Amino acid sequence: MSQTAVETSPGVNYLNVKYGVKSWLLTTDHKRIALLYLASITFFFMVGGAAAGLMRLHLIEPQGALLEPATYNKMFSIHGIIMVFFFLIPSIPAVMGNFLVPMMVGARDLAFPRLNLLSWYIYIAGGLFTLYAMIAGGVDTGWTFYTPLSTTYANGNVMAAALGVFITGFSSILTGLNFVVTIHKMRAPGLTWFRLPLFLWAIYATSIIMILGTPVLAITLVLVALERLFHVGVFDPALGGDPILFQHLFWFYSHPAVYIMILPSMGVVSELVTCFSRKRVFGYSFIAFSSVAIAAISFLVWGHHMFVSGQSVYASLVFSALSFAVAIPSAIKVFNWTATLYRGSISYQAPMLYAMGFIALFTMGGLTGLFLASLATDIHLHDTYFIIAHFHYIMVGGALMGYLGGLHFWWPKMTGRLYPDGWARFAALVIFIGFNLTFMPQFVLGYLGMPRRYAVYPEEFQVLNVMSSAGASILGVGYIIPLVYFIWSMRYGPVAGPNPWGAKGLEWQTSSPPPTENFEQAPTVTEEAYAYGAKEARVV
Amino acid sequence: MWFGFPLRPEQASTIAEGIDNLYYSLTAIDLFFTAVIFLTIFYFMIRYRRRSQQETPEQIEGSLPLEILWSIVPLVLVVVTFVWSTSLFIRNARPPEAATEIFVIGKQWMWQLQHPEGVREINELHVPVGRPIKLTMTSEDVIHDFFIPAFRVKKDVVPGKYTSLWFQATKTGQYHLFCAQYCGVSHALMRGEVIVMEPQDYERWLSGSKKENSMAASGARLYDQYACITCHGAGKGPAFNDLYMSKVRLQDGKTVLADEEYLRESILFPSAKLVEGYPAIMPTFKGQLTEEQILQFIAYIKSLGSAERKAAHE
Repeated sequence: MSQTAVETSPGVNYLNVKYGVKSWLLTTDHKRIALLYLASITFFFMVGGAAAGLMRLHLIEPQGALLEPATYNKMFSIHGIIMVFFFLIPSIPAVMGNFLVPMMVGARDLAFPRLNLLSWYIYIAGGLFTLYAMIAGGVDTGWTFYTPLSTTYANGNVMAAALGVFITGFSSILTGLNFVVTIHKMRAPGLTWFRLPLFLWAIYATSIIMILGTPVLAITLVLVALERLFHVGVFDPALGGDPILFQHLFWFYSHPAVYIMILPSMGVVSELVTCFSRKRVFGYSFIAFSSVAIAAISFLVWGHHMFVSGQSVYASLVFSALSFAVAIPSAIKVFNWTATLYRGSISYQAPMLYAMGFIALFTMGGLTGLFLASLATDIHLHDTYFIIAHFHYIMVGGALMGYLGGLHFWWPKMTGRLYPDGWARFAALVIFIGFNLTFMPQFVLGYLGMPRRYAVYPEEFQVLNVMSSAGASILGVGYIIPLVYFIWSMRYGPVAGPNPWGAKGLEWQTSSPPPTENFEQAPTVTEEAYAYGAKEARVV
Repeated sequence: MWFGFPLRPEQASTIAEGIDNLYYSLTAIDLFFTAVIFLTIFYFMIRYRRRSQQETPEQIEGSLPLEILWSIVPLVLVVVTFVWSTSLFIRNARPPEAATEIFVIGKQWMWQLQHPEGVREINELHVPVGRPIKLTMTSEDVIHDFFIPAFRVKKDVVPGKYTSLWFQATKTGQYHLFCAQYCGVSHALMRGEVIVMEPQDYERWLSGSKKENSMAASGARLYDQYACITCHGAGKGPAFNDLYMSKVRLQDGKTVLADEEYLRESILFPSAKLVEGYPAIMPTFKGQLTEEQILQFIAYIKSLGSAERKAAHE
């Protein structure tokens, strides 16, 4: 790329401006906070991943190879709670959103830098509570905390884990608020809404969901606590409550939360596809508005988690129809990304491979969602491995591939160093293969009728389970490779220079790593996003 | 089976084939669109690969006709799927009139099944082939879920209320019964077998099994034991004859349908819905009756005739 001249690191940047633990723990620089998040969510990802590894190892035998049923139940609960609340929800918003939102709008920092640091501390406090719950006996309710199991019958530290999730919710709310205000009020001169990179549209839609949805989760968890501690009858029928009410409240947040996890990845993919095909995005406004449409519809589909709960047939009809509606904006995105490649100048560097992996796996995840929006088939597939496979295609194949793609794309900007592209491409391939081998057999398992959350299972399901476990081991290797070369690159990687990919966007107009104030001079924007055809780059 | 791989669960109920047809059609749609996207991406990535570092491709803003096309095509497809799936769902949701009713009680971690004739089974359900069976289900503790993959039926079993499902087996044999809703430590062991038999074998099995009183007779015994007759047989409380599925007028002027849910509520929370013309003198039986006993009461009330039978008589 821009290796024609030997690049040298800029002198003073946000990384070397100050040293010492205190300079990190008390920083209000959005870029440093992004790195704090990066380290913390990587830690939680490894914890959640280890739990998944143990589960897959256990399931190679029908009678269970490794764990007591009670331990197995704690493993899938920990895996779910950690991965959803402490990895996927904060992943792209808290790491890349923090790093990039101010840079992409041409600002010096987020609107509320101290609030931003507080968000990280709240996140860590919530994480510590949850870790405490794990170490002091574990939780065995699943990440869904269904009542009355969670309020009356569950063993373990349900309250500590729920408190952890409750606390972390405020981190999401404050982060979302910070992004919304920053995008509204701090855009550089000339940066109109329709000149925003699509990543910002996605982050904006995500922030709205965080602000509107997360309080409902908090209220729900408070009600669970009231019932568990003071026997106030809300959800437990023995106390005059309704257990189904919990599911309504829980999914009212947790379905939109799925889009908190996937929308930012969609934003990342829009950045990657354009950069590595040197094309402006095909149908900018359709992609932008489809993000907003998905965010809006996401609040109206929670009932599709409850088709077999005994909810009324009419409610199920409406929820089914609305769930099908999500397919349309999702399809629009996939088609537009594909069309962006048309007559482009496509290079296959690692971030692009992750983006292509995202499109492929998200397409499969989205299409298998049709089986579950459809009432007649959902009855059979609900609560089986089909569901597990479907949402891992979205959450891991989609959200995580997008996250890794983004990390590979902006890593040179964050650290000023390049990682070995060959290894990165190899890792992308290993992850893609390992992922499909893990989760493809689970679609079949689900259709055959194997229920989820089973520590032991009938023998006829063994072959498919062994395949899935084999895939998981490949997937695990695929995740370790980037960890190694990223750490390696921080010290030994070639110096990246300000814009190694030849990308557009304000963040590439400043040095890598950027100075604390992001830009030497406040930037002005004179053209649209993704102006890859323009002779002149953006005026800075 | 395909090279020793199971690929399809057994089709053993009247609704299984219809659901499988929809499933295969959706699979075909999935494969088609996945192939279209994959092949297009592969083609573009090879055809338009970067040939020189300096190339600047021609920029394309977008295309309204294309956007409309790829909005309309998915729209049409999901509308068709929705209509197909929903009509199937509605048809499958309604049990036939003549269904035999079996009561199901889920508890950590076992299934208890009550035949109307008084036979009680644990984690095994014997049913005759070719006859519609309706299950009325409740739970004594947490939410469970009654799932028979070979029949393609599944329904949550919820404490504090009744849910129901129905099926008609088409093939004799043994099929898995799973609890599909995570219900605590031994969730994976809350499994059983459904044994589908020829009708004459079923009759033989039924007459050979240890029988307690029929559900209705047990309910009648409870009716005596709790001295319900003092009020309900003497005009101080509503009478039970032909009560089931009748329209009951309440004191606040509303009417409710006297279904299982209503009868259950009236036993446990008598003051929740007060019947017009009767004083609120009934004590609650909450905590005194097991779920099984409540079901026996309901079976007894049903045995005293229903509004439908009464209408048929007149």
